[in-house]
Amino acid sequence: MSTSRKRTFSEWWFSTGRFYVSHAFLIAVALTMLLPFLWMIFASFKPMNEIEQFRLNPLPVEWHPENYTDVLNNKDISFKRYYFNSVFVAAWVTLLSCFTSSLAAFAFARMRWPGRDLVFKLYLGTMMIPGVVTMIPNYTLMVKLHLLDSYTGLIVPAAFTAFGTFLLRQFMLTIPRSLDEAATIDGASYWQVFADVILPLARPGLIVLAIFTFMGNYGSFFWPLVLIKSEHLRTLPIGMLYFDTMYGRQTNLIMAASVMNIVPLILLFVLLQKYLVQGIQLGAVKG
Amino acid sequence: MRKKNRLVLITAACFLLPNFVGFLTFTLGPVVFSFGAAFTNWNLMKTVAFRWVWFENFTKLFTDPDFWLYLVNTIYLMLGIPISIVASLFLAVLLGQKLRGIVAYRTLFYLPSFTAGVALLILWKALYNPNFGPINTLIEMALNAVGLAGVHAPTWLSSTKNLLSLGAERVEIVASQFGLGARDAIIIMGIWTAAGGGNMLLYLAGISNIPQELYEAAGIDGAGRWAQFRHVTWPQLAPTTFFIFIMSFIGGLQGGFEQARVMTLGGPAGTTTTLSYYIYTKAFEEFQIGYASAVAWVLFIMIFAITLINWRFGSRYVNE
Repeated sequence: MSTSRKRTFSEWWFSTGRFYVSHAFLIAVALTMLLPFLWMIFASFKPMNEIEQFRLNPLPVEWHPENYTDVLNNKDISFKRYYFNSVFVAAWVTLLSCFTSSLAAFAFARMRWPGRDLVFKLYLGTMMIPGVVTMIPNYTLMVKLHLLDSYTGLIVPAAFTAFGTFLLRQFMLTIPRSLDEAATIDGASYWQVFADVILPLARPGLIVLAIFTFMGNYGSFFWPLVLIKSEHLRTLPIGMLYFDTMYGRQTNLIMAASVMNIVPLILLFVLLQKYLVQGIQLGAVKG
Repeated sequence: MRKKNRLVLITAACFLLPNFVGFLTFTLGPVVFSFGAAFTNWNLMKTVAFRWVWFENFTKLFTDPDFWLYLVNTIYLMLGIPISIVASLFLAVLLGQKLRGIVAYRTLFYLPSFTAGVALLILWKALYNPNFGPINTLIEMALNAVGLAGVHAPTWLSSTKNLLSLGAERVEIVASQFGLGARDAIIIMGIWTAAGGGNMLLYLAGISNIPQELYEAAGIDGAGRWAQFRHVTWPQLAPTTFFIFIMSFIGGLQGGFEQARVMTLGGPAGTTTTLSYYIYTKAFEEFQIGYASAVAWVLFIMIFAITLINWRFGSRYVNE
């Protein structure tokens, strides 16, 4: 009797029970991930005195959506401008870096020339160098070229990554060689092979690179922080930092700004989730 | 034939050139340049005459107690790495059971690492606020509930306390420092951010690549869930784990800059100043380019050592 009851329990456990426990645990983790975001959203709709006094119910008593317009119309801070700057810089970097990386990746993946492997090793070797090592000379270079505090200074140094070349080369290597050989026999030049055969087939890789480059530069912090002095050239993260420094005590406004900063990211994430997961699993762990 | 070869070389050069010029100017050139700068006293403010000081920067650095303190801080913050990797693995194993709603869970878990940045750091600063932050409000409620109303909740970002009882001003152990402080706050936030992030996705991909026959064979041998994990999942994931550990270590050594700049300005008492924040203050607040380059190269050499370990032992694990 007792053994049969024990077996039914273990049967139940392996067919359904352990799934309940797994779900319960996963839901608990999901809530832990979500709660800070919920607190941020609720706080962004509260008047300041409600944030300072704790109630168990996290919902605002008085809803203050005007926190958002207050942030957008703030005299010291022009968030609309920062949005534009961030998107403008990130879009240019993405465009330039996809362009130059795909060309270089083609030369590494599809052409035979003396010294190729040596140059590629040079590219690979620099990928583990910490950003701060190159950041300091790049800053002095910008000083010399009078590009401090300019869009050009924000965009150009970020637009040539060894990482992008590496990622696209790996991707191009998976495209069957017979395709470009057939095109070459038909009399296609290297440029035609690149533009008509390889590039269309490398599109998934390009999309992954574009997303990661865009996201990485949209949230880029170190370089704009050291480069930009003028208020009108600040990108979103730098704008957030200064807003926090000036209005740090007004948590409701700060949280409204944070929500506005994060919402485009969440939308983008939901839209592009498929590519992102793919990209990370391809080894694109670096932004 | 030789003419054709030359043509290929010229064409290849044309393809490579746009990227290579940028690579040379903004990556390779700067690396060489900063190596040279590390042996000078170069100061952008021109308060001192330029001079080659050779190893002076390095001897100054290694005899500077601040440097050792910041190195210890960096390593202390890295203690969160193994915890978050174990958490990632655990979540991936749970999600790997092909449960219903896996995409929804994955999305929610990935949210913190995807939105990570200045806005989230500012959010956590508010969460840790000792007066009205929800974390301390909850802790105080819990303390009241169990009758410990007199016990104070940690003051988090303004406290130098830590779980290893490290002193604040120099490298030493001080018993009264035991507790939760700024460094632990940054670690907890880091685990929250990273647990469901890229590492979990890598583990998920790794788990889905394990051949199902291995589990079936183990099941026939009478292996329970734990035995299956120990003898199938864990060894099969060894290359993934190795990769994640190496990348996280490299990231961790360079880490802590954003947290310090946005949340604590390196304080209190320098306890959240990591090597990368130290380099930032030396280079971009004090404009000591020579000295900052020397610190950056010391950091680089540490990272290089880890990469060597990767090359030496990595092939043993990565035989896919």
